[in-house]
Amino acid sequence: MTDPFPEHEDEPSLTDRSEGLKTLRLILWLLVALVIGVGLVAMFAPDRATSPEGENVYSASVGGPFALTAPDGSRVTDATLKGKPFAIFFGFTRCPDVCPTTLSRMAQLRKQMGADGDKFRIVFVSVDPGYDSPEDIGRYVALFGTPILGLTGTDAEVDRAVKAYRAFYQKVPTQGGDYTIDHTASVYLMDASGKLQSIIAYDETGPNALAKLKRLVG
Amino acid sequence: MTRPFFAAALLASTIIITACNPAAETPAATETGASIIAISEPWSRETAVGQNAGGAFMTIANTGTAADRITGGSTPVAGRVEIHTMSMDGGVMRMRQLEDGLDVPAGGEVTLKPGSFHIMLMDLKQPLKAGETVPLTLTFEGAGPVVTELAVKPAGAMAPGMEHGEGEHGGHD
Repeated sequence: MTDPFPEHEDEPSLTDRSEGLKTLRLILWLLVALVIGVGLVAMFAPDRATSPEGENVYSASVGGPFALTAPDGSRVTDATLKGKPFAIFFGFTRCPDVCPTTLSRMAQLRKQMGADGDKFRIVFVSVDPGYDSPEDIGRYVALFGTPILGLTGTDAEVDRAVKAYRAFYQKVPTQGGDYTIDHTASVYLMDASGKLQSIIAYDETGPNALAKLKRLVG
Repeated sequence: MTRPFFAAALLASTIIITACNPAAETPAATETGASIIAISEPWSRETAVGQNAGGAFMTIANTGTAADRITGGSTPVAGRVEIHTMSMDGGVMRMRQLEDGLDVPAGGEVTLKPGSFHIMLMDLKQPLKAGETVPLTLTFEGAGPVVTELAVKPAGAMAPGMEHGEGEHGGHD
């Protein structure tokens, strides 16, 4: 690599100018180092949120107040869920792929945990309240053969819950005036006090996911 | 033989030769009939009452010598049949309708599976029940309509042979 800030040592009569250039050169290189450093931090910092150890740098900001409706019509808030850890996932019943895959996976993991499997709740929040009534969600989660608390609310209530979990969803129009929904595919593992402990990513390996759940109830 | 007839015969034979010679340097889409489509292991997942859409998965092989494309389809159990793809983008699942259809290359195959391409049965008229079979007609640009039957599996199934969604599945394969 060529030196982008060359000194002019072939001009010995200009000593002062050469010293000045040397300082400028040093400052410029420090700036380059700073930019690289900031870039590296930006690249690797988000990984810490989903590391296998479950370390989470954002734990203070994920989770928070919400109020939604259960299939039986009862209201469920963040306070209702306190006292028992829970795994919470956002989706919609017309989701053909990620939602059944994830809910089925959670059911399987719970089964693998044996008696400890009862020590946490599985919560599914529909981000499609215009389509999914609380009753619809109740029938949907019943397909997975394990107790799953299905919730939804008004658009505003759903938005509030999604925001509280730093999750994401967005309706995307399809042909014929219909829509599908892009949404966060991660499962948030919340401790008994409602604080984020770790996240199971969509592509998390089975052993990693199981270890995280065991730690959640441990 | 009159001249117009000769011209027509020449034209017809040219068309036939083109149709029978998929190796010719012409766009695949014009080589009607030169693709041979076979659908294997078509399956779907059980749905709940009120869940008005379901996914369908299968392997589509084209043993012909011209490329083909799925452009749509129909089934008595749903109002619409759409072709979708799915991708993960920084922890967010993004589903997109393939409005131009899905290519099935000559001599190749396309697997529709969870986490990838899939057929969407939109506006379901009835729930899909595990253990049942559901007829599905897929429309191919070259091969025309191809009829298949989806085997409905439990909601948690990840592959056609799996009954209870057991095993490792992380959406990456």
